[in-house]
Amino acid sequence: MTSNSIDQRRIVRLDKERTHNIHSTDFPGNYPGENLEWNLDSFKQACSIDINSVTNEDCEFDLIGVDPSIANALRRVMIAEVPAIAVENVFVFNNTSVMHDEVMAHRLGLVPILFDANRLEHFEKGDNPNDQNTIVFTLQVECKRKSNVAPGETNPDKLYENHKVYARHFSWVPQGAQESDPIFTQNPPRVAYPDILITKLRPGQALDLELHCVKGVGQDHAKFSPAATATYRLLPTVKLHKPIKSEHAELFRSCFADGVVDVREDENGNKQPYYVNPRKDTVSREVLRHAEFDGIVELGRIRDHFIFNVETTGSVQPVDMLPRSCAVMKNKIAAIRDGLNVIVHGKQDEEEEGQEGQDEDMQE
Amino acid sequence: MDVDEDVDVKPKINESDDWTTPGNYHGKSMTDEIKTVEDKWQLLPAFLKTRGLVKQHIDSFNHFVDVELKNIIKANEKVTSDVDPKFYLKYTDIHVGSPERQDADSVDKSITPHEARLRDMTYSAPIRISVEYTRGKQIVRRRGIPIGRLPVMLRSNKCILTGKDEETLARYRECPLDPGGYFVVKGTEKVILVQEQLSKNRMIIETDSKKNVQASVTSSTHERKSKSYVATKNGKIYLRHNSIADDVPIVVALKAMGVTSDREILQLVAGHDDEYKEVFYINIEETLKMGVHTELQALEWIGARSKSARRAGPAHQKRPVWEDAIETLASIVLAHVPVENLNFRPKAIYVAVMVRRVLMAMVDEKMLDDRDYVGNKRLELAGQLLSLLFEDLFKKFNHDLKLNIDKVLKKPNRTTEFDAYTQLLYGGDHITSGFVRAISTGNWSLKRFKMERAGVTHVLSRLSYISALGMMTRISSQFEKTRKVSGPRALQPSQWGMLCPSDTPEGEACGLVKNLALMTHITTDVEEEPITKICYMLGVEDVALLTGTELYRRDTYIVSLNGNLIGVTRLPTRFVSTFRKLRRNGYINEFVSVYINHHHNSVNISSDGGRICRPMIVVENGYSKVTSEHIKALKEGKVDFDAFLTQGLVEYLDVNEENDAYIAINENEMTNASTHLEIEPFTLLGACAGLIPYPHHNQSPRNTYQCAMGKQAIGAIAYNQLNRIDTLLYLMVYPQQPMVKTKTIELIGYDKLPAGQNAMVAVMSYSGYDIEDALILNKASLDRGFGRCQVMRKYSTMIRKYPNGTHDRLADAPIGPDGIIPKKFQALEPDGISGAGERVDTNDVIVNKQSPSNALDNSINPGQADTSTTYKNAPMSYKSPVPGYVDQVLITDTESDQTLVKALLRQTRRPELGDKFSSRHGQKGVCGLIVPQADMPFNDRGISPDVIMNPHGFPSRMTVGKMIELLSGKAGVIRGTLEYGTAFGGSKVDDMSQVLIDNGYSYAGKETMTSGITGECHTFYTYLGPIYYQKLKHMVLDKMHARARGPRAVLTRQPTEGRSRDGGLRLGEMERDALLGYGAAHLVRERLMLSSDLFHVDVCNDCGTMGYNGFCPMCKSQKNISNIQIPYAAKLLFQELLAMNIYPKISLEETV
Repeated sequence: MTSNSIDQRRIVRLDKERTHNIHSTDFPGNYPGENLEWNLDSFKQACSIDINSVTNEDCEFDLIGVDPSIANALRRVMIAEVPAIAVENVFVFNNTSVMHDEVMAHRLGLVPILFDANRLEHFEKGDNPNDQNTIVFTLQVECKRKSNVAPGETNPDKLYENHKVYARHFSWVPQGAQESDPIFTQNPPRVAYPDILITKLRPGQALDLELHCVKGVGQDHAKFSPAATATYRLLPTVKLHKPIKSEHAELFRSCFADGVVDVREDENGNKQPYYVNPRKDTVSREVLRHAEFDGIVELGRIRDHFIFNVETTGSVQPVDMLPRSCAVMKNKIAAIRDGLNVIVHGKQDEEEEGQEGQDEDMQE
Repeated sequence: MDVDEDVDVKPKINESDDWTTPGNYHGKSMTDEIKTVEDKWQLLPAFLKTRGLVKQHIDSFNHFVDVELKNIIKANEKVTSDVDPKFYLKYTDIHVGSPERQDADSVDKSITPHEARLRDMTYSAPIRISVEYTRGKQIVRRRGIPIGRLPVMLRSNKCILTGKDEETLARYRECPLDPGGYFVVKGTEKVILVQEQLSKNRMIIETDSKKNVQASVTSSTHERKSKSYVATKNGKIYLRHNSIADDVPIVVALKAMGVTSDREILQLVAGHDDEYKEVFYINIEETLKMGVHTELQALEWIGARSKSARRAGPAHQKRPVWEDAIETLASIVLAHVPVENLNFRPKAIYVAVMVRRVLMAMVDEKMLDDRDYVGNKRLELAGQLLSLLFEDLFKKFNHDLKLNIDKVLKKPNRTTEFDAYTQLLYGGDHITSGFVRAISTGNWSLKRFKMERAGVTHVLSRLSYISALGMMTRISSQFEKTRKVSGPRALQPSQWGMLCPSDTPEGEACGLVKNLALMTHITTDVEEEPITKICYMLGVEDVALLTGTELYRRDTYIVSLNGNLIGVTRLPTRFVSTFRKLRRNGYINEFVSVYINHHHNSVNISSDGGRICRPMIVVENGYSKVTSEHIKALKEGKVDFDAFLTQGLVEYLDVNEENDAYIAINENEMTNASTHLEIEPFTLLGACAGLIPYPHHNQSPRNTYQCAMGKQAIGAIAYNQLNRIDTLLYLMVYPQQPMVKTKTIELIGYDKLPAGQNAMVAVMSYSGYDIEDALILNKASLDRGFGRCQVMRKYSTMIRKYPNGTHDRLADAPIGPDGIIPKKFQALEPDGISGAGERVDTNDVIVNKQSPSNALDNSINPGQADTSTTYKNAPMSYKSPVPGYVDQVLITDTESDQTLVKALLRQTRRPELGDKFSSRHGQKGVCGLIVPQADMPFNDRGISPDVIMNPHGFPSRMTVGKMIELLSGKAGVIRGTLEYGTAFGGSKVDDMSQVLIDNGYSYAGKETMTSGITGECHTFYTYLGPIYYQKLKHMVLDKMHARARGPRAVLTRQPTEGRSRDGGLRLGEMERDALLGYGAAHLVRERLMLSSDLFHVDVCNDCGTMGYNGFCPMCKSQKNISNIQIPYAAKLLFQELLAMNIYPKISLEETV
């Protein structure tokens, strides 16, 4: 089995009713005689990021060789601090639908807007909206009866026009310089998914709304969070203390998700299970329920091997999530460094901040 | 060959008793030919479809309108005159029209209930009568004369909503799921609660406070209601009644009823039983000593003590005493036993049977009856109460009519010929107002029966769909709440299937307020006469022809109908089974019950109203009469529930007849002895308890708690919820149907009008802000709409017209000195009413009303008022501490022609700290902390919980049902199905675990989670899955309160009490004690006096009284006056003491 070779120190052990060794142990002074001080070279060597899959909706990558705090910091930043654009203020000129203004505004806020948040300035409460910090959409829909409808028709799709208001009914209204700005004109702001149902109308009902979208972070409101799920799990491992009996091989395989365990027959006709694809293992701990494997199987997960799964709401491309969260983190670290400088030297080191800013831009 | 097959096919039920082994369950091991009724529960939706959830109310009202009204008219049909003996007026018919509006100028008279609700009107229909009366020498007949208006019960057969399809209902702005069964009176929805009482006209043998056995009967007829007793005192038996001053020795009573021979008396009461004879002898002896031997002597003895009969005839010649006795015995004592042509024989036998029952109970205590037994109860519904009320009102109407007619006829020479029709119309609106007053106040006062009942009606609670539904099935007991007897509150075994065992409130009304189970039906009166005839045809011998010897033979069973003895039979079993056969074939009404009581040797037939009953499948020879074919036909819609009834496949059993039945719960429990099969066991729960998933796994009080809490849950109320303008309405923005449903949920439509959301719950400890059942909520979930609710509140005002011609007016917003409309008035439109959609803050004006200052001044003439009147502001302003939006505004006219303005104000609230939530298992908790999503723990798939619940909530509560709900919910989410948690069934835990395993989850539903704060794995596995959570109406926003300065009470000058009056926060006795114990004397002084009701008073040191301005009025001097500080309450006390001639002296000492 492949995983037997993994350093036992890196493994979180999973028991029937609890887990063990959840904390990392590689800090100075923990193991006598070992120098576990942090240094860049060994970190560079241990740390790696492997991207497994990228689609328009989600992306999966492995982050290996870092402490959980780092991985978690990235995850938290993705959820709460990567900026995105969402509807913040709704001006209701007319709303004769059955949906109340507040509820409508709340729903509109949750519609992901596709536009690069870095191109917009932050909008603080009390700011005046301008072409630098606000994107304006209008939502003007009026429901009407269709003509030439067969009598007795009950299907609303055939009876009415515009009886369902979708996100595709948003129309962007360029403000000020936005009209000529290539950033806006080449890739105009739009909704990420045009088929989000906002509300339903009936003949005589109409909507006339102006939607002001601003940049914000998930911390303030979940609508600004570009992450639908930003999460990681640890890579599972299985350790066998004894070989599995041939007659139990199939049972062993059935305890795991499909494709995790492969049963191979050796030349004597003995079946032996092989743990081939730990990535697919959902760690259902089913194997621990069987008396046949008592004391033989030890489940574990590798503490510093994080399988990240990031799915976005559509307002940010999944591939961009990692660099953007890194950028936010760098800014935060810079802020801490500045703070420390103030504490240590009593003043802010201006020069360094300037450099840091440039650095960051280049990296992005 | 044929025979062989037959043998094979025949089921040996006993062999299949071992149904616990899986292979044998549901008869799977049996051969195919055996008819199991797999989907017998399908009868339930069919039942509810034809009968509805509140059919008992509607049936009762329909019975009142269709039958009772006519009976009442017949009983009071003639009005005659004392003046003109030739005059008469006779009511020939009565009927109730369809609901009409009262606006004088309306073209279309028809009205919808919703219009009545909105316009504060009464949804009522005219009562029309046909009369026949004399006009001079002619006899005149007139039809359709309106005499008053009857509030119409919604969905009754007089209501316009009955039988309408959803589309029509939508046009009427009515919700198709609304069950009806209530009234709309003056714009409010009123329910007449079901009242529980002891049955009328039945003997009950019990012991009085001194442990003496007594038999009592509450006789109830149209004329009279009274209670008669056959009681024991010192071992002797007496007849007792309120209208006779002394207890009548029973032998005297029997002699007065014409049973004069002592031997016959003994035979009638004791039969051959020497034991009873011995106990009874003493009574005969006593009568001998009294010297009462003949019927006349007995009657005179009674007549001399009779109270009521004396005043019967006015100013007639005095009639003999014995005639009083006859009158009393015939029509007052045991009034429900008919005495025709002074034939006292039936009544004598009735009394004798009562005596025998008393004797039996004296000898054997076990023969006492249980008055809490559900079979001894009757439920009084809207129809019965209304009929009592109507009869009273109608009698008053007739009385007034007679007085008016007499008044006219008395006039010696009239110009025109007298026509009683004018008098009929002239009658006023006595009947209408009587109905409206009774229903809107709930005070049922009937002069006839000296009945004074308060709290009969209640406002229909529209807090949630369930609360409205729960109210319609509620039964309130007449029993006093304060008495400390456990009997009436206890759960009765006979309640099974009839009344919900879970749904009762906690606290003082516990066990007294009950709820109907799902399949329960309450009977209405069925005519007695045909049943009596059938009985005689089936071989019952008339009771009047019998002596005691025959009556009490071992093999003779007394047959009684509604408590009245009608005869005897020697073949009770055959009689009862034939009777039932007739009933199953539809020759007798399906709600007539019959059963044998072997203890009393009697067969009892009941056809009276108010009995609780429920349908059951008939079983014959170990076979269910309902087969899978029947169910198939039902599913295909070929037949309905009534077809099952008429075919005798299903029948109604009331509580007493249930005792005669042997009911199998499942097909496989049926034996040859079985008589019935339960349709579905979960119907023993009511509508509220039916919402609970897996209630059979919960500790029983938890289900009771949930029944109370389900009524407070915020959700969708009705399809017309946004058209309603209610005083207070709570709505949920995104209600969801529960992942784990029950069959009841589908049947009552809770999945269409849900009140809650499926929350992803992690059972774990988090942060310490989850102690005492507090919940942790995920901020991102709240951002996305979890628990979001709306509160709508009505603000209404009348634009009055006053008798002096002045009227209120609406004014537009005033313009401030700076030319701008003040903030307070900015929501107003030019008509003085705020516009729909406007935002209003605290104290903003919604309707800018102004009243004339001389409104009550009647000296001004109506014409000239306009020019001279001045107006003062009487605005209606917004009261809540948080801003709201004007949802809609209604301007209309009421019935009294006043203009009514209603504005509906809306708030949308997201959950905050302190808001109350509850699962469906009586587990309530407040929100203790709102955590950002990043800090929430997450599982391998990145799911972070919406709610974190502390596991300490489980061990002591034992709500295993909640854990199973989570498991089933989780499996359902994974599999994409809705799971069932129906009582005594539902998705099985094993199946659910298998689903989890198949999808790569742990079988137990527990997952590895990672802390969102540290990023490390938890050392424990977390139970994670969806649980249906309800948001309860208790929200912090409605309760928050603080005050520094504010209003004070007038009398004591202390701060007012309570949030609604902006009251102070009380520093109570215990707090005071703590401060005193600590020694903080000045703090106590500051709290209790300086900050409360400080008062400076001048005290005279000479006389010790209080003076003023440095002057003592007692001593008439200004010397020796000190100014001191005391609480105003103390000053008040001194003065009140003075007022009652106590002289409190205040003596002061110098402080150091």
